[in-house]
Amino acid sequence: MPSFSHFFSTLMETKGVFLEAMLLTLELTVVSILLGIVIGLIFALLKISNIKVLELISDIYVYLVRGTPLIVQIFILYFGISGIFLLPDFWAASLALAFHNGAYISEILRGAIQSVDKGQFEAGRSLGMTKALTLRRIILPQAFRRALPPLGNQFIISLKDSSLAAFISMNELFNVATTLGSNNFDEMTYLLIVAVYYLLLVALMTFVVNRTELKLAISDR
Amino acid sequence: METKEMIKINQLNKSFGDLHVLKNIDMTVYESDVVCLIGSSGSGKSTLLRCLNFLERKDNGQIIIEGKEVNPRTDDLNKIREKVGMVFQNFNLFPHKTVLENIIEAPIRVKGVEKEQAIMKAKQLLSKVGLEDKSDVYPSKLSGGQKQRVAIARALAMEPDIMLFDEPTSALDPELVGEVLTTMKALAEEGMTMVVVTHEMGFAKEVADWIVYMHDGKIIERGTPEQFFNNPKEERTREFLNATMLK
Repeated sequence: MPSFSHFFSTLMETKGVFLEAMLLTLELTVVSILLGIVIGLIFALLKISNIKVLELISDIYVYLVRGTPLIVQIFILYFGISGIFLLPDFWAASLALAFHNGAYISEILRGAIQSVDKGQFEAGRSLGMTKALTLRRIILPQAFRRALPPLGNQFIISLKDSSLAAFISMNELFNVATTLGSNNFDEMTYLLIVAVYYLLLVALMTFVVNRTELKLAISDR
Repeated sequence: METKEMIKINQLNKSFGDLHVLKNIDMTVYESDVVCLIGSSGSGKSTLLRCLNFLERKDNGQIIIEGKEVNPRTDDLNKIREKVGMVFQNFNLFPHKTVLENIIEAPIRVKGVEKEQAIMKAKQLLSKVGLEDKSDVYPSKLSGGQKQRVAIARALAMEPDIMLFDEPTSALDPELVGEVLTTMKALAEEGMTMVVVTHEMGFAKEVADWIVYMHDGKIIERGTPEQFFNNPKEERTREFLNATMLK
């Protein structure tokens, strides 16, 4: 184990490069979460569409994503898609992560939508609201609120999963830590440092999710 | 003067799987009529009510709303539902919206009413149901009776021609039933056309123009409250009334 003073001085010396890497990690995470929510919502709606073909498409998507390791998906998108479309690294990584997140988020949202009382839907419809309007104005706001705790969990997972982008040479936190560690023959110090950055980011994310939960809980008070 | 037929049902049938819940129902509701549908649980009265605003689809038969036969496949049901308000047993207020937001949602989003105008109308309706001070409160803060009165105001905000009530007091504590029934009675006195599924025999007796008694998916007997309660024709009706201790 490195001494605390060594750990601390290294932490201070490298903060420039780590902050830059943290920014990239944050960008990967935010993009993959936002895109993941869009993808997740689309597949959740397909799943509850009551149209067999669409349900099947959603099932297949979730099965493929959950059934294969994320690193395999990242490599497939990186080598496969960038071979065809020549995606920038950032977008190959972000899309792979978003595609992955989307499957889990779609399951979270589907469960949350289905947990909203059927009477809510009927009340909307009985007032002359269309299906789409009822979904958007009545069901989804309630579902999203219920989905927040598991979504927050998924967001934290995607933050940490973004470290796998190191394997397609993105200079995010984990990559920087392992590179610096092996260059300086001091892996442990850098791994401990990177752990601190991840903990900071997770704390930030937990704070944001909790605040949002509180804000949305206003109707209970 | 000829009275307008608001709802006319001919030979309506509905099954859930093997369960035949509505059997050849015929019924007519005229303008300003208050019709109370009574009968034991599972008699089909709620299903019949839900067919009237197409929350349930009929299997066959005709449903004619304000003189126009409705075909659920080709007609815009949303337009029809604007005319037919519904109040549910479990209120079904939108918990993430305040009382006022609950009421103005559909007028603004469905009818395109200006927001200020919708709010003005909502406040009028709230004072009509005696809840003018609750407009900024969330439903979780209301008692059951208050929730149901908000639900009535919300349905009225669409300015429907017909109001359907599906056991509106069944989920209420006994001491809260009265306030909801009073609101409904006031509505009836204003001439609203109402179809009410209820177990409140007192209300039916006092407010209804017509009582329709259902059993096992069929209409057994119909009549004015006077005839129905004092002089029921059918043996089945007499048994039911005896069982509810209201002869």
